[in-house]
Amino acid sequence: MADSNAKPGQPKAGVLLDIRNLRIEATVYPPGEAPKNIVLVHDVSLTLEKGKVLGLIGESGAGKSTIGLSSMGYGRGGVRITGGEVILNGRDILKGGKEGFRKLRGREVCYVAQSAAAAFNPAHRLMDQVVEATLLHGTATRAEAERRAVALFKKLSLPNPETIGERFPHQVSGGQLQRVMTAMALCSEPDLIVFDEPTTALDVTTQIDVLAAIKDAIRDTHVAALYITHDLAVVAQVSDEIMVLRHGRLVEWGGTRQIIKEPRQQYTNALVSVHEIEHQEQNPGVTPFLSVKNVTAAYGGGHVKVLKNVSVDIYPGQTLAVVGESGSGKSTLARAITGLLPPEQGTVTFDGRPLANRLADRPKEDLRQLQMIYQMADVAMNPRQTVGTIIGRPLEFYFGMRGRERDKRVAELLDEIEMGKGFVDRYPAELSGGQKQRVCIARSLAAKPKLIICDEVTSALDPLVANGILKLLLNLQQHEKVAYLFITHDLATVKSIADSIAVMYRGEVVRYGSKSKVLTPPFDAYTDLLLSSVPEMEIGWLEKAIKGRRMASAGN
Amino acid sequence: MSLPILKLIAQRIALGILLLLAISVLIFAGTQILPGDVAQAILGQSATPESLANLREQLGLNDPAYVRYFHWLGGVLTGDLGTAMSSGQDIATSIKGRLWNTLFLAFWAAIVAVPLAIILGLIAVRYRNGWVDKLISGLALASTSFPEFFVGYLLVYFFAVKWQMFPAISTVYDGMPFGERMQAIALPATALTLVVLAHMMRMTRAAILNVMQSAYVETAELKGLSAFAVIRKHAFPNAIAPIINVVMLNLAYLIVGVVVVEVIFVYPGMGQYLVDHVTKRDVPVVQAVGLIFAAVYISLNIIADIGAIVANPRLRHPK
Repeated sequence: MADSNAKPGQPKAGVLLDIRNLRIEATVYPPGEAPKNIVLVHDVSLTLEKGKVLGLIGESGAGKSTIGLSSMGYGRGGVRITGGEVILNGRDILKGGKEGFRKLRGREVCYVAQSAAAAFNPAHRLMDQVVEATLLHGTATRAEAERRAVALFKKLSLPNPETIGERFPHQVSGGQLQRVMTAMALCSEPDLIVFDEPTTALDVTTQIDVLAAIKDAIRDTHVAALYITHDLAVVAQVSDEIMVLRHGRLVEWGGTRQIIKEPRQQYTNALVSVHEIEHQEQNPGVTPFLSVKNVTAAYGGGHVKVLKNVSVDIYPGQTLAVVGESGSGKSTLARAITGLLPPEQGTVTFDGRPLANRLADRPKEDLRQLQMIYQMADVAMNPRQTVGTIIGRPLEFYFGMRGRERDKRVAELLDEIEMGKGFVDRYPAELSGGQKQRVCIARSLAAKPKLIICDEVTSALDPLVANGILKLLLNLQQHEKVAYLFITHDLATVKSIADSIAVMYRGEVVRYGSKSKVLTPPFDAYTDLLLSSVPEMEIGWLEKAIKGRRMASAGN
Repeated sequence: MSLPILKLIAQRIALGILLLLAISVLIFAGTQILPGDVAQAILGQSATPESLANLREQLGLNDPAYVRYFHWLGGVLTGDLGTAMSSGQDIATSIKGRLWNTLFLAFWAAIVAVPLAIILGLIAVRYRNGWVDKLISGLALASTSFPEFFVGYLLVYFFAVKWQMFPAISTVYDGMPFGERMQAIALPATALTLVVLAHMMRMTRAAILNVMQSAYVETAELKGLSAFAVIRKHAFPNAIAPIINVVMLNLAYLIVGVVVVEVIFVYPGMGQYLVDHVTKRDVPVVQAVGLIFAAVYISLNIIADIGAIVANPRLRHPK
């Protein structure tokens, strides 16, 4: 524990926020069972000094956001603070009641949400929303608040700071909105800002700019912050101290350097070393089984070109990773290969013969050979079917298996994804995120395909769970000799799974080749930007990366 | 206003006009296939074949249907709705006063019902799932569930017969002073309000509750806004489109659906006029009233569409 931890009962000078033995509960309503109480946060204590940044880190369900929001006396969706004290500026805010919460929210403590795009009201102009809290609490006149907002827009290097406030949220990009939201939080000059995963929803090349802007703003305004994220490398850039949480309990709390360099707990160690999967790149075979040749595709009847002259090859039993930021055409490439978006020009050949452009024109056998796994496993499964039915369906459809034969194969597949037979009768809602994704993998394997297209399959998962999925995919590849087209924006994932890599930018493949070749300098400008934007677990990385960049990111 | 929005609005209006033309064909065709001979109806059973033939010739009943349709449509477009068979009066002249009466009644019912429904909806959301919400929903549902003639007679029984506060028969005439006129329509307007209130209130509640799940509502709460300010400033503006739709549907009902209420209170409006002439098999009047009702319905729905388009900031302020 850090020595800044105040002794109970004696507020230390300079301490802004002192949370003592915080206990947070919620009532859950499991289907078919009586409602029950669960404890989300178990007696967590923390202190934060004025002007300091404390990073809260952990996987989903660790209680990070719940603890962060407790500093504003807010519980999301029926969450209740049932014990402990939250001492802000020397008083226990939990005793202030509703009226007390309302007075401190937006004035002493402000909040920056994960998705600014959803957190801004689409019906109002940005400026009205930015100054709303300031005017509500009467800390400044409208003219003064707007002047302050424009100054903050400038500080956060937003384009056209004088006029951007006149825009509506849909007229501004996601990275810019995230910065406007930071300006909104700073506008009422609070003592504390809760940043709740503020860069998680952004592209890696945009994240770095927003992160730098947030860091500068925190430094210049001397505001204290709770910075919530699941990405240790990100939090290492902005925090003075880091607190690791798991299942609502404190795991480890210490200075940033200590946590990332000398973690004392096993779990922290696992987080720090999470992405290190050894994967030996395979040499490309002689003939690819699937070739995409000069494919051009467009939406809106040819108006919006989303793929421009794209050519890639996939070799049996190997993995081609497709990387790029959102809107670069990664998923569209998958749609063109599967026939969901018939290409305007170019061909997709499979085993030496061209595949029909349209999905509807392809024979069942071609459909079987190409399977897909999606980012959102829970919406890719019918919630009213059991795991057994979900995995058994392709067995019936492609191979006509029935009864005992099918059940036996389902059991084998469950074994392969390292889930026991006990899961056959479960419904998707009863599975964790990682388990759901495993079921989706089993379903695609059931068709015995030559190629599985994995579209951001680990992006929605916690790092440790994602790691398990990647290891499983690699194992399965060895046993089943299946090839992957692995779409991702996460370069760390690419390093651990790919044999060859295609870097996409604005619908074009800008760099393509074996993994070692693509990841070896000299780089083209875009690949350089992409690689240098991936946060590294190193103090001071952010400043170095910003300084060393050759090209500004596009979508910020 | 920007160009795409004007284009969308122009499209809606053009579609509305097209729809109205299609409906005019349906109304005309519908009244043509009704059994019975107009000439026979006018002259009665004892008419001689010669006089029947003469009258048919005179009414143009021997022309092919499409000629009669265009003749009728041409008349409608120039403001000539034809002559009522039963009374021989010009339909346009007799409708004018009655349409005005109906609009007067609908207007005052709407002035009360629409704001009341929306405010009750907002209050229901504010105290959602609490007893206030349940009370509002329960009362509103009850008032809608009773048939309007029942509500009407109930009002008459208490307010006209027992306490004698308002007249039971809503007679209005030209040149009637405003105050007396208002007193005359008090009961039918109340009956109409009770009938349309619940639908609008419940849709307002549902539309706002839907928006209450959004992240921006949480943002507003975390700025320290009071619960009601959050609903009014942040949830309501994003729920306007569905609310406008249901309000317009109910306004249309206030105008075209008042038949029963007008008959109960013997109010000289369009509804009573229609009922009178249906019983007399006066086809030109039924056609004219049907067309006017269709036009009202379509215009109000166009207004709802335009309202929804204008309420959408993405359409109002394109990228």
